[in-house]
Amino acid sequence: MINRLTEHRELDSFDIRYVALILAILGIGVLSIYSVTYGQRGVGTPYYLKQLIWIGVGSAAFLIMWASDYHHLARFAYPAYAVILVMLVVVLFEGRTSKGAQRWIALGPLSFQPSEFAKLILVLVLAHYYSKAPRVGWLQRVIVPGLLVLPGLLLILKQPDLGSGLSFVAVYAAMLLMVGVRSQALGVILLFSIMLFPFAWEGVWGSLHDYQRQRIMAFVDQDYDPGGKGYHALQSRIAIGSGELLGKGLYGGTQSQLKFLPEGHTDFVFAVFAEEWGFMGVLVLLALFVGLIWLSLEIASKAKDQLGALLAAGIVAMLCFCVVVNIGMTAGMFPIVGIPLPLVSYGGSATIMTMAALGLLLNVKRKRLSLFY
Amino acid sequence: MATAHYPETEVGDLHRRLVILRVGLLLVVALLGLRLWHLQIREGPYYRDLSENNRTRQVLLEPARGLIYDRHGVLLANNVPSFSLYVTLEDVKDRELLVKQLTDLLGLDAALVRKKLTAKGSKLLPRKIKDRMTLRDATLVESHRLDLPGVMIQVESQRNYPGGMTAAHILGYVGEISGEQLEKPEFLDLHQGSVVGQYGVEKSYDRHMRGVAGQKNVEVDALGHEKRATVVDRPQAGNDLYLTIDARLQKVAEDLLGEEHGAIVALDPTSGDILAMASRPGFDPNVLSRELTAKQWVEIVQDEGRPLNNRASQGQYPPGSTFKIPMAIAALETKTMSPSSTVFCNGGYQFGKRLYHDWKAGGHGYVDLHNALVHSCDVYFYTVGQRMGIDVMAEFGKDFGLGKATGVELPSERSGIMPSTAWKQKAKNEQWLPGETISAAIGQGYVTVTPLQMASLVGTVANNGVSYRPRLVQAVMDRTTGNLMEIPAVPRGKLSVKPETFRLIKDALADVVTKGTATRAKSSVVTIAGKTGTAQVAALRTGPEESIPKKFRDHAWFVAFAPVESPKIAVAVIGEHMGHGGAAAAPLAKEVIETYMKLAPQVPTVTSDRPTMEGPGRFSNDS
Repeated sequence: MINRLTEHRELDSFDIRYVALILAILGIGVLSIYSVTYGQRGVGTPYYLKQLIWIGVGSAAFLIMWASDYHHLARFAYPAYAVILVMLVVVLFEGRTSKGAQRWIALGPLSFQPSEFAKLILVLVLAHYYSKAPRVGWLQRVIVPGLLVLPGLLLILKQPDLGSGLSFVAVYAAMLLMVGVRSQALGVILLFSIMLFPFAWEGVWGSLHDYQRQRIMAFVDQDYDPGGKGYHALQSRIAIGSGELLGKGLYGGTQSQLKFLPEGHTDFVFAVFAEEWGFMGVLVLLALFVGLIWLSLEIASKAKDQLGALLAAGIVAMLCFCVVVNIGMTAGMFPIVGIPLPLVSYGGSATIMTMAALGLLLNVKRKRLSLFY
Repeated sequence: MATAHYPETEVGDLHRRLVILRVGLLLVVALLGLRLWHLQIREGPYYRDLSENNRTRQVLLEPARGLIYDRHGVLLANNVPSFSLYVTLEDVKDRELLVKQLTDLLGLDAALVRKKLTAKGSKLLPRKIKDRMTLRDATLVESHRLDLPGVMIQVESQRNYPGGMTAAHILGYVGEISGEQLEKPEFLDLHQGSVVGQYGVEKSYDRHMRGVAGQKNVEVDALGHEKRATVVDRPQAGNDLYLTIDARLQKVAEDLLGEEHGAIVALDPTSGDILAMASRPGFDPNVLSRELTAKQWVEIVQDEGRPLNNRASQGQYPPGSTFKIPMAIAALETKTMSPSSTVFCNGGYQFGKRLYHDWKAGGHGYVDLHNALVHSCDVYFYTVGQRMGIDVMAEFGKDFGLGKATGVELPSERSGIMPSTAWKQKAKNEQWLPGETISAAIGQGYVTVTPLQMASLVGTVANNGVSYRPRLVQAVMDRTTGNLMEIPAVPRGKLSVKPETFRLIKDALADVVTKGTATRAKSSVVTIAGKTGTAQVAALRTGPEESIPKKFRDHAWFVAFAPVESPKIAVAVIGEHMGHGGAAAAPLAKEVIETYMKLAPQVPTVTSDRPTMEGPGRFSNDS
């Protein structure tokens, strides 16, 4: 094993297939954002240009993460978590409101979304926690990390940001599954309960905001009141479905071009892509995601230590969760919760965070190869 | 499990679990793929249809309504561009919010807006909420378009009457089609919000003037705002009307009536062409063609002067002494009287227990038919009536068109009453009383006529018994072919009255003006023949005319034709509560005749220098 590892040089860790997949997905994202905002006489910089800037910043984050050492980063996990919790508190009082939710902190002309970064930091915190000592028993395995997750989760739900909250729970559940609990069934049950989360827990239902309830109601009865609550879901299904096999072509997506589909450049960018490129385009995008996740799982399984493996697994789980839930909700399989499609949806915080996370994944691979450096 | 050896076995377990994750991933992606295949391939065509419907709206393009000209091509009605506000319910998210926005922004009546939004009709078709918007309001709406989903401003044509109140009763006005009208078969191809003629020739010739609506398929965005028009089905403009009236004469006639209530009808006895038809008080069709508030409507409808009433064709008045014209003809034709036989008038006529007065206290002495007409002797005609009987009078009256509508192309024409024994039996289920014949003989009692009927009657006399149906429209210009289709005059035949009778009557009528009751109609320009009439309004009158309250004063009649030798114009004038016909009505008729004689020879009618197409009987059904 050692012989095999030493055969590689450190730069080989900069897996060209991995980077190519990321760039291809990012390209699809920029193209779709360009298309949906084409012809919109917007004020200021067009969205696709801004997205290119975020990708530039994200690339820097990616390289920094790749060049760093995750062992060092893990040491800053708790302080970083503390900082992000403070930000999440700040956002509740000072945050910029958009569509009924307070999610953004203004930084001069820019604004960023702490909840996005909180997800990555949570992965770091949990990986650090489990790898530091053999966490034995229920208390150490489940309850203590659960208590670590809780403050962040509650603050995010308070915003309200159901999507990020669910991602939080998903990361926690994935980590539990990875380290193993007394019965793996527990992990499975937990995963399922995430999906059933809004329906199962009356208290949560009661605390949901109106627009969230309406979206979920619209999901339960898909053809209910298309002009009202189900509007978003129906328009999204029409966009995807009307793409048929080959799609309507670039700028051809009438659903999004004529603004029937709201948020076409952010959470519903997949519907735009599916409308313009059809089922063939969708298959290509799905293949790219599967390829990226496959390579990431490869990295996780070959990590040289527990910390690396858990980090990689957590990041992959987070990525998987976002991809599946986002596509699922645009296709009308899940209720609409605000989760962007990683690397494709417009958004600075999410793009930078996702690219940093992928950089960190690659760092796990690099550190494995540089074992005896 | 797996808590013993740490961390080595943990990593091992992790590998096993990562395999589960891979399998799970593939499963989930396969599920997503399946769902997308279902949406895009299996149900793709269905969603494709939905997306097409999502973005196209059918917008009707209103046709330009036909124009209206007078006989010389003077424009009487046209269309001017105006801004209208439309709402497509399909694109409206919150109806109440929209009502509030529109009332706040434009000061519209909230109840009215709500009523229009809830009216029956397709959610996909835009409905008109407000027309004749000011440029300022239209711009205001456009600048708020992002906050007003489903609202659009359309530029469309608005009916305009450049002459204002001139010829208002003839032209009529237009208005949005009512729910009742929509149900009728003649409006089958119309829709909510269509503008149709509601009065006058606008109504009676609506079918010709309304044109055919076009359609454009408009691609809209989610707010219902137009992005591009995809298909254009051009609207077809309506046909133009050329009326028989002379706008200048019309104006003169209306000005002559001024503030008085009454009507003046002038027609060409040789064709039935109505040259002028004035009715006062009038209205401004520009105002009526607009959206009126309920209050404005009540004001117009409850106005005591009833300005919407066309007194020329809808006003029914006792003809008074003008009725002596058909009476005189009947007397000669039935040989009840010879031209030379006389009656002694001592100022009253005793019949049974009742004394019927002559208008002239003391009487006219011995009068023959000529003098009875010239001086309008009542006793002479009491005698004629008594000898002839009501049914013979009715026969002659009907021959001259009394008691039935003339068939002029105007809505709601009234027929007046030419009473007879049969009529009374039918209408009142009562016996005809002999005394009633005596009242009827001087045009009082049950007899009522419209000014149009009287103009037609005097025209028939002028034309020696040859008469035409009065008409208002002489030609229709087809906008698509450019052809002018003339509408021929409709002859009503010739009365079987001896020419000698007409000669005698016309001589007498000429003397009415030269030395009889209508000397104030004497003209230095043209020879005029006519007959005065004074229709009694209230039976009891004491003291001089000026002391009687206006509403109890008599109606003043004058019917005339000119020139006496070869008549070109026949006129009927009625002035409500204006007193004696000779004093009040005759000068107006003279003015109208003189004006026409000055105007007529100079300008040829518009039809003579245009290509014509025969329209054999095609328009004869329009009435």
